[in-house]
Amino acid sequence: MYRIVTKTPLNPTVTQMEIEAPLVARKAKPGQFIILRVNADGERIPLTVAGTDPDRGTVKIIFQIVGATTEKLNHMQQGEYLQDFVGPLGVATHTEGIKKVCIVGGGVGCAIAMPVAQEFHRLGAEVTSIIGFRSKDLLILEDEFRACSDRIEVMTDDGSYGRHGNVTVPLKEMLEAGEQFDLIITIGPLIMMKFVVLTAKPFGVPVTVSMNPIMIDGTGMCGGCRLTLHRDGKNITKFACVDGPDFNGYEVDFDEAMSRGRMYADFERHAYTEACNLFRKEA
Amino acid sequence: MAINPKKHEMPTQAPEVRAHNFNEVALGYPVEIAVDEAKRCLNCKNRPCVAGCPVNIHIPEFISKIKENDFEGAYQIISGSSSLPAVCGRVCPQETQCESKCTLGIKFEPVGIGRLERFVADWHNAHATEAPAVPEQNGHKVAIVGSGPSGLTCAGDLAKKGYKVTVYEALHTAGGVLVYGIPEFRLPKAIVAKEVETLKALGVDVEPNVVIGKTLTVDELFEMGYEAVFIGSGAGLPNFMGIPGESLKGVYSANEFLTRSNLMKAYRDDPETPIMKGGKVAVVGGGNVAMDAARTALRLGAEHVYIVYRRSMDELPARREEVEHAMEEGIDFRLLNNPVEILGYQNPDDPRDPKNGFVTGMRCIKMELGEPDAKGRRRPIPIPGSEFTLDVDTVIIAIGTSPNPLIKSTTKGLEVNSHGGIIVNEDGLTSREAVYAGGDAVTGAATVISAMGAGKVAAKAIDEYLMRSSNT
Repeated sequence: MYRIVTKTPLNPTVTQMEIEAPLVARKAKPGQFIILRVNADGERIPLTVAGTDPDRGTVKIIFQIVGATTEKLNHMQQGEYLQDFVGPLGVATHTEGIKKVCIVGGGVGCAIAMPVAQEFHRLGAEVTSIIGFRSKDLLILEDEFRACSDRIEVMTDDGSYGRHGNVTVPLKEMLEAGEQFDLIITIGPLIMMKFVVLTAKPFGVPVTVSMNPIMIDGTGMCGGCRLTLHRDGKNITKFACVDGPDFNGYEVDFDEAMSRGRMYADFERHAYTEACNLFRKEA
Repeated sequence: MAINPKKHEMPTQAPEVRAHNFNEVALGYPVEIAVDEAKRCLNCKNRPCVAGCPVNIHIPEFISKIKENDFEGAYQIISGSSSLPAVCGRVCPQETQCESKCTLGIKFEPVGIGRLERFVADWHNAHATEAPAVPEQNGHKVAIVGSGPSGLTCAGDLAKKGYKVTVYEALHTAGGVLVYGIPEFRLPKAIVAKEVETLKALGVDVEPNVVIGKTLTVDELFEMGYEAVFIGSGAGLPNFMGIPGESLKGVYSANEFLTRSNLMKAYRDDPETPIMKGGKVAVVGGGNVAMDAARTALRLGAEHVYIVYRRSMDELPARREEVEHAMEEGIDFRLLNNPVEILGYQNPDDPRDPKNGFVTGMRCIKMELGEPDAKGRRRPIPIPGSEFTLDVDTVIIAIGTSPNPLIKSTTKGLEVNSHGGIIVNEDGLTSREAVYAGGDAVTGAATVISAMGAGKVAAKAIDEYLMRSSNT
C-alpha cells in the first residue's frame, strides 16, 4: 500500500499528490511514468511522474479528473493509501547534447512537461517554455515554469490570462524570427501535439512528443498501447510502455492515436457518471 | 477384475450452460471415481510416466496412495516434486506427457493421471488444516523475477531446501500467466491464490508492483544480498500479423483481451476496466491461447465466435481437449483461412462519427496445404482469387508473443538469441554468473509445465552452485 503524503488542488479539475513509494522515487527520471490502482479491483491507469524526492521517498503525480478512476483518486485524502503504485516505467526523456530546447505544454500536459523543463535547466540548457490553457482558472505550475525557463510564454485559448491564442502562435513567431532550437518537446492533448509538429515542420526542427495511450500492464505484455510510426515509407508498430512514451513527432500517426484513444468513450462516460453519482450519494 | 479399457470421463458443466458463465468447465472426479481410476494403474516396474513428466512427479506412488484412500499421503508425494499440483492437474497437456507414456495406454486408454493429480490437490486444499512447516533456514538468499509458473516452482523448491526466497512481481497480483492469461473457467483464480499462499507459508516473500529492470535491476538485487537470481519474466510483447487495419478499434492482442477479462475482471457485470462484449468475434490463431480467447469472448456475450487458422485441424497446436470443449460450446472453426486485411467503418460525410475507426469485418483468403516445411508441418499456400469477408466487430490476434524486453535491456552481460530469448545452458544458467532463467523468457511462448520444469532445473542448479560456493 502506498501512502498519500500530500494532496494539493492545483485548479478545480487538476490535483497534485505526493505518494510514498521509495523505490520508485529513487529511480524515476523525467519523462517516465507510473501505473496505479486506487483500490482493489480498480482500473490500472498510467500517470507521468511530475517529480520525485528520493530523500523523503516520495513521487509527485498530477492528474486531471477525466473519468471514474481519476474521480475516485481525487476523493482519496492525505494519509490514506493507494492499493498499487508501480514504476518507473517507460524510457526517460533523452537530454544528451541538447543546448537549446523549447518545451511546449498544454493543459495538464504541463505537469509532465515541467520536470522535463527543470531537468534541461539543471543540465544548463537554454529553456524556452510555451504553456497553454483553455482559460485562466485552469492555469497550473506557472511559477515552477518561470523558475526553470530562460523565456516563457503563457497562452490561454480565451485570452483570460497571458496571451490570447494557442501554443503554436508564439512557437511559429519564434521559428520565423530565426530561433534555432536543437529540439522541441511537446506534451499535451494529441491534437495540440499534432499541430506543434505541423508548425515546426517547415523549419526542420526535431520534435519529440509524449504519448499517453490506453495501457494496462505497462511492462510490454498486453500490446494495448501500440501506435504506428511512419518511417522510410513503412508502417512500424511501437509500444508506448516500453519503447516510449517519447517518440519522434514526425513519425507518429496522430489520427490513429486519437481514434484509438476514444475506443472506450461510451464506457468511460458511463463509468464517470456512475462514480460521480456514488460520491454525491455519500456526500 | 478386468481393467476398464477407458479412463473415467471428467464430469463437466454442460456446454450450453457453461458457454454463458465463467465457472470452471471441468468439475473434477468425485472420491469413488478417483479411487476407481487409480485402480486402473498397473503400477508397472519401469514407470515410464515419471520420465514423461517435466517435473518427474512420482506418479505410481501417489496413485497407490489414492487406491489406499490416503489422499493426503498422495498429496505429500506430489508436492515433493511439484509446487503447483492444483494448477498442473488442470492445465498440463498430460496427453502428450505422462499419459502418453503410460503402459496401460499401449492397449487401452492411459490412466487419467492429470485428473487424479487434480483430485488429490483439490482434496488437500479442501481438507488440509495444518500449514506446512517452515523449513530450517540455511541463511542464503535468492531472488526470483516473476511469479508465473517457472518462478513459483523455483521459489518453492528453494524454500523447501531452506533458502530465503523473495519473488518480485511486476503486476499487482502474483501468478503471472496463471492469473492474467488462463481464464477462470479453465483455472479458477482462487486456486492460483491458494498455491501462492502455500508458498508464502513456506516462508517465500512475494513483492508485487516491482518491475525488475526498472524499479530494481538485477545488479541491485545482488547488492541487496541476494546470492543468485532466477529470471522467469515470461512472454512479452504480442506479435501482430502486419496486415492493414490492425490498429482499428476492436482489434486486440490475445494478451490484452485476456488480461482485461482475467486480471482486471472485465468479465464481471459492472467492471472498472472495459472490454468489448457481444457482437461477432474472430480469433486469429490455433493455439491454447486462441481457444482461451475464443471461449472468453463467447462467455462475454458474443453472438458468434470464429477461430481463423491458416492450417487444418491436424496441425492445430491447441490441446485436443480444449478444441473439443470449444467446438461443443459452438465456436466456429474456419480452418485453412488466413486474414489479409481488417476492415473498419469510416463515415464519408462525418469525420466525427463515433463509429468511425471500429472494426466491421476481416478479409481472409483460403489456403491449401503444400509440402512440409523444415519443421515437418505442411506449409499453407494461398489460393488465388479466394478472398472473402468475414463480418465481425472484434478481432483478437493470438499468434504468439516474443520474450519480455525489459530485463535484457537493463542487465549488462545477459545474452539473448535472435528472438530475444535469454540464452541458458542445460542448468538454466545464463551468460551471467549466478543468474539463471527459464520459462517463456527463455523459450518464447510454451506451456505452463515446461516453464515449471525449467524452474525446477534452475532451483537444483542454484542450490548446487550456492552450496559449492559457500563450502569453498
